[in-house]
Amino acid sequence: MSERMSERMSERMGERTTERSSTTTTTADANRGPDDGVPALLSVTDLSAWYGEARVLTDVSVTVAPGEVATLVGRNGAGKTTLLRSVMGLHKQVKGTVSLDGSDLGRRSPDARARAGIGWVPDDRGIYASLSVEENLMLPPVVHDSAWSMEKVYDHFPVLAQRRDFPGTKLSGGEQQMLAMARVLRMGSRLLLLDEPSEGLAPVIVQRIGEIIREIKAQGVGVLLVEQNVAFARSVADRHYLLAQGKVVEHLSNDALAARESELLTHLGM
Amino acid sequence: MSEFIQYTLQGLAAGGFYALSALGLAVIFGVLGVVNFSHGACYMLGAVIAAVLLAELSLGFWVALVVVPVIMFGFGVLMERLLVQWLLALDPLYNFLLTFGLTLILVEAVKLRYGVSGLPYEIPAGLGGQVTVGSVNLSVYAIFACVFSVVLCLAVGLLMTRTRIGMIVRAATEDPGRTRALGINVGRWVTPVFGFGIALAGLAGVLAAPTRAITAEMGSNFIIILFAVVVIGGLGSILGAVVAGFLVGLVEAYGVAYAPAYAQIVIFVLMAAVILVRPSGLFGREEVA
Repeated sequence: MSERMSERMSERMGERTTERSSTTTTTADANRGPDDGVPALLSVTDLSAWYGEARVLTDVSVTVAPGEVATLVGRNGAGKTTLLRSVMGLHKQVKGTVSLDGSDLGRRSPDARARAGIGWVPDDRGIYASLSVEENLMLPPVVHDSAWSMEKVYDHFPVLAQRRDFPGTKLSGGEQQMLAMARVLRMGSRLLLLDEPSEGLAPVIVQRIGEIIREIKAQGVGVLLVEQNVAFARSVADRHYLLAQGKVVEHLSNDALAARESELLTHLGM
Repeated sequence: MSEFIQYTLQGLAAGGFYALSALGLAVIFGVLGVVNFSHGACYMLGAVIAAVLLAELSLGFWVALVVVPVIMFGFGVLMERLLVQWLLALDPLYNFLLTFGLTLILVEAVKLRYGVSGLPYEIPAGLGGQVTVGSVNLSVYAIFACVFSVVLCLAVGLLMTRTRIGMIVRAATEDPGRTRALGINVGRWVTPVFGFGIALAGLAGVLAAPTRAITAEMGSNFIIILFAVVVIGGLGSILGAVVAGFLVGLVEAYGVAYAPAYAQIVIFVLMAAVILVRPSGLFGREEVA
């Protein structure tokens, strides 16, 4: 097992120089993206990440403009969640830069990043069992004046108002997803990191989540969306980064994704 | 029957000491992930400081009830700032060993200064003697200790459920990393929570002082039972710590009264039974596979 690991490691090391030149072109592509001219809200530059000795991200560069939805598409284990955790400052074994509004976040703590305007919705929704629905909403501080008021939250998610005194984890999966998104909107996050919001949910709820994403996009919030459901990704996003083995292998506009959907589905193994 | 009621009262009084201390152990474990082995020693220090305040400064029980928790809070803050914080990033075993070592130091230091025979402490004036309810004679101090612990546990419960600090502590207990990612500076609460937990142990020590032999070793058996309490209640559960504290106090009192030969093991039989039926304790959350 460890032999195989080290073999793969050395393979990766050997490839690194050649990889770099290929990623450079991808990065250049990214800079010529459809958002050209709009200053980036989030810009991740040459980010690499490790778990111990194992490298899980290699020189990844990603940008998200205000009011833009960019997706990270790729197989399980491609490094999508690690990228979100690195942006949030939760994954610490990283190299490269993450900037918000042009200022480097450096080694700032997750709580400082959250207060700077990054809202994370983890793949398990991250709802607290020992907090009521309302407490789950009230826990994070309000960090920006674009924050949703409780009235607005309850107006958009009436089910949360009905269940405000329930323990957070007594909600259904879809309701927990709504709660997790509502929580960062009430905070006033300007950049949302959404980790597979559609996973395991009924189509009607996925559709509702799509509507919400389009609405917050219209308000100028930037969204970096991890998604395996290509159809859903295409319905809400502007651009797509295709991740494979920790690298951005393709950067596609929505139309390009549509044109190559069947090919990509094969590639993604979905 | 009247004996049974007396044992119940004794059990609830002892349970109050366990409940208060276990509450401290639970919040410290929840927020810092530290299993504080020195909790028994802090309980002992609470009682010893109360005895010393009385002997050397003539400050009585009521003063000790206020002053000792304040001193122990300061002690906890120092302990966390000087020692515990440096090991937080490492395996939890390191802080377990640190606090175990600290326990040995505290116990030996108290022995060195005050010897091994118990320090004297009396039931404060006004709380001595017995009161007759119906045909049953009850110790006034035991009633006081029960009521005081229950009120204090309720107050901590209100603090945890009704205030923003309590909400943050509950959230951080569930998942510190995620709570930071929601913009909460969890680190800011670590030191006060540790001090608070230690203060509760010290307070339990003061409450126990009039009814126990105050010796350097009084915390050694106490901490073992305290671990049984948190396992029964569910590690990290605040409500569990309180309920299991009173439960263990009762079981212990009945054991001593009706099965003295087995008194030492009843609690651990109870613990084993709870683990068999509910591995994560009475109020612990089931681990998600």
